[in-house]
Amino acid sequence: MNLLWIFLGSIFVHNILLSRFLGCCPFLGVSTRIETAKGMGIAVIFVTVMAAVMTWLAYNLALVPLGLQYLYTLSFILIIAALVQFVELALKKINPILYKSLGIFLPLITTNCAVLGVAVINMNEHYGLLESIVNAFGSSAGFLLAILIMAGIRERIERNTNIPECLHGLPIGLVTAGLMSIAFMGFTGIIK
Amino acid sequence: MNPLKIIKNGIIDENPTLVQCIGLCPTLAVSTSAINGFGMGIAATAVLIGSNMAVSAIRKFVPDEIRIPIFIVVIAGFVTVAQLLISGFAPALDASLGIFIPLIVVNCIILARSEAFAFKNGVLASAADGIGMGLGFTLALTLFGAVREVLGNGTVFNIQVTPDGFQPALLVILAPGGFIALGTFMALFRVYQRWSAERKGEPVPDVASGCAACDAAAFCVGGVAVEAEKHSAEKANGPGGAKLPEFDGLAEGGAR
Repeated sequence: MNLLWIFLGSIFVHNILLSRFLGCCPFLGVSTRIETAKGMGIAVIFVTVMAAVMTWLAYNLALVPLGLQYLYTLSFILIIAALVQFVELALKKINPILYKSLGIFLPLITTNCAVLGVAVINMNEHYGLLESIVNAFGSSAGFLLAILIMAGIRERIERNTNIPECLHGLPIGLVTAGLMSIAFMGFTGIIK
Repeated sequence: MNPLKIIKNGIIDENPTLVQCIGLCPTLAVSTSAINGFGMGIAATAVLIGSNMAVSAIRKFVPDEIRIPIFIVVIAGFVTVAQLLISGFAPALDASLGIFIPLIVVNCIILARSEAFAFKNGVLASAADGIGMGLGFTLALTLFGAVREVLGNGTVFNIQVTPDGFQPALLVILAPGGFIALGTFMALFRVYQRWSAERKGEPVPDVASGCAACDAAAFCVGGVAVEAEKHSAEKANGPGGAKLPEFDGLAEGGAR
């Protein structure tokens, strides 16, 4: 039951983009076409879940026993960078079709704050391995959901000629995100 | 170049938040009050000066292919130092900024300056660039935080500034308010840019260039996605266009 609450909470209530503000750059930069947004979102799910597993193992099996918790920032970002490189190489060999659709996004997800952010949240909340995985999957699924909705709205906004010139592009995107965020606030009630 | 000119360039002409529109996550998240924005800005400035100087000092020994991982390690080192100092000397700030202190590592402003400036310039110039960009970020965050604090809470730096009858709009401090306020802020800044360009008789700056023109395009997903869209658009238009680089090579070489 607890896992279900973590999952629902991380998708809707604490949506990683609309309520925690993690990963805003791709959210605003890559959300102009639904196809690209989809590729980006799936790549984020892929990397976030794997990074959550690896960082959990590293933190609880290496950093805590050695008393080196203060090095978590440095080690997490190194683990994520190495993991992303490895996943990229492996994917290229094992599944070239998947690589073609996700490959271009993978190497640069290293510097996406959503991935590191989820790893740090898992650590701060003292989640176990299973809870970490559920939280990572929920958070990144929330990312996919938000970026898909946003891309759908922006494809329509682009054809709208009534928008004042000073609001074109990023500003109207931000205002749209604000309205989406208000809508997502409505989910707050589902979790205590 | 004159260090003072570099500093001014970072604060005004190329302000990272308002002009370049990078580092939006911390801008949105910690600008709920002026003091939070100021604290975040100063922490990022300290990291930026340190990382800029370090990257500039080692730039001759760093192979081009692995420069971005090396930048990240350098930055992460400075962030760890900043993190320990903040939790030791400013625990209140540590509590209110929370997760966004370790996330300075992936703040695009810092990585973008390593890539666009420190990797190509001397130590002194890079330090000046760090100061300028850092202060520009701090200024934008503090200003933006102050506006949100006045509208949402009626105070600035925790001092009441509005008359008693003023009803603060709590929404401005909550998450949706951050998005809407920043969108409005940017739109107003564009109106100002346009007005000042027209008054001086200069051409109106092109503000809607988006991710393609960004310094961070080399390692940010936005830049790559723009390339990918261009690629698929040209493919849809049939052959005949210029041959595009393979995406594998593009990704491995850091997109440039």
